[in-house]
Amino acid sequence: MMVNTQNWKQWLEEAGEMSRFTGRFFSQWFRPRYEVTEFFRQCFIVGYRSLPLVGLTGFIMGLVLTLQLRPSLIDYGVESQLPAMVGIAIVREVGPVITALIFAGKIGSSIGAELGSMKVTEQIDAMEVSGTNPFKYLVVTRVLATTLMLPVLVMLGDAISLYGSYLGVNIRGVTSFDLFWTQVFDNLSFGDVVPAFVKSFFFGFAVGMVGCFKGYHSHKGTEGVGRSANSAVVLSSILIFIIDLVAVQVTDILGLN
Amino acid sequence: METIQTLAVLPDMPVKAGEVVMRITGLYKSFGDNHVLSDFNLGLLAGENVVVLGKSGSGKSVLIKCIIGLLQPDGGTIEVFGKNIPDLGHLELDQVRMKVGFLFQSNALYDSMTVRENLEFPLRRHSIRLPQEEVNELVRHALDDVGLVHTVDRMPAELSGGMRKRIALARTLILRPSIILYDEPTTGLDPITAKEIIGLMIEIQEKYGSSSLIISHDMNCVRMASDRVVMLINGSCYAEGTYDELKQSADPEIKKFFE
Repeated sequence: MMVNTQNWKQWLEEAGEMSRFTGRFFSQWFRPRYEVTEFFRQCFIVGYRSLPLVGLTGFIMGLVLTLQLRPSLIDYGVESQLPAMVGIAIVREVGPVITALIFAGKIGSSIGAELGSMKVTEQIDAMEVSGTNPFKYLVVTRVLATTLMLPVLVMLGDAISLYGSYLGVNIRGVTSFDLFWTQVFDNLSFGDVVPAFVKSFFFGFAVGMVGCFKGYHSHKGTEGVGRSANSAVVLSSILIFIIDLVAVQVTDILGLN
Repeated sequence: METIQTLAVLPDMPVKAGEVVMRITGLYKSFGDNHVLSDFNLGLLAGENVVVLGKSGSGKSVLIKCIIGLLQPDGGTIEVFGKNIPDLGHLELDQVRMKVGFLFQSNALYDSMTVRENLEFPLRRHSIRLPQEEVNELVRHALDDVGLVHTVDRMPAELSGGMRKRIALARTLILRPSIILYDEPTTGLDPITAKEIIGLMIEIQEKYGSSSLIISHDMNCVRMASDRVVMLINGSCYAEGTYDELKQSADPEIKKFFE
């Protein structure tokens, strides 16, 4: 019982610290000095360098989803609806969530480990001594980069997934390229595309913020760096599902489902 | 040497040899119930090397971080060039930091940057507008001071521990600080490299006429580099004097360090 109380206290303290950290981001991100060069460098790292992984997993996801759905649709006699169904599933839910989880694994852990390592080797202090606001230079740039790059990756990942799906459709049947894409786009509506795109900004923000928070508060030497990277992935993955749940409720209330 | 050489673009804080450049009065710092510094006093003269000697965990690093403004003390004053550090805003603090170099215990070189970028970083971040040729010359000169010009395009991970320490020292020197703070400069180095680093510190002090505050528990460093030694015990200045004076002391607390 004692242990549980301690755990809750620790959890609440961390939640409070993270709220303060997030508040600090909002109070600082729009104030000069603007770290434009570092922001674009981070966009390149978190966006461009994640593209091969996101593309590969997206392609496989589209292909596998198509192959898995086909038997069920054949049973119901609606095999011709396969492109439409896969398209909606990928754009609405599977694409953003899987891409965000891959992103959390690659970028969240990398940010957590990088900042953690900088913290324990006093590089963050060295930045401050060198006339730099380390929070703006390290945290604001990374959080903005993840927030803006993840939606781009989701869009590209969705497109690559649909190419995978096109291949899947044609493994067991014959569907022309034009017909496939016509079926996909004819069945997608505003309510499918926009909420999914908007929630990926929140996913990106969560991944960046959690990675930075865990890294920035790293301690206990190299052991702490590993722990920061690990807990950044775990917490941001959980947050992705929570945000997804909230997003579904919000879109439902707004009548977009 | 009458005056200390400074970069022309830096804020003018001329210092004459023998003047007090830093004065710490009644410094107090605690973390919860742990009273790390209590009523600590220290003065540093221009051109002087002062070593703060104390056991591990005695608050030496806390002291140096309070001086550079990385930690806010709970009480007391830290006057650097007549300005009280705890009272300064960001801009004023940055102005003072341009004149106070800090060599970190772990070197704190930026892993993702080359040696050149590491050295250029303080120049660029302090918004010092210099033509690229002059920046290159400053980098080359700082690396020349530590004998590592050939490493300019290498990454810190490719260098040995001693070389990283020298590069960190070069980065500290690039702004030509009037005061250099050394946090355990010989920790983690083999005795030969440690001796080389101490020699380099003395050479730099003689060349630029800067003042040094060295935090250490390495008695070789204390013996070679100090003009004056301040012993930090229980958070306050326990004894003060030259290395030889303290070595001859009969006080059991002081004798422990020299045994």
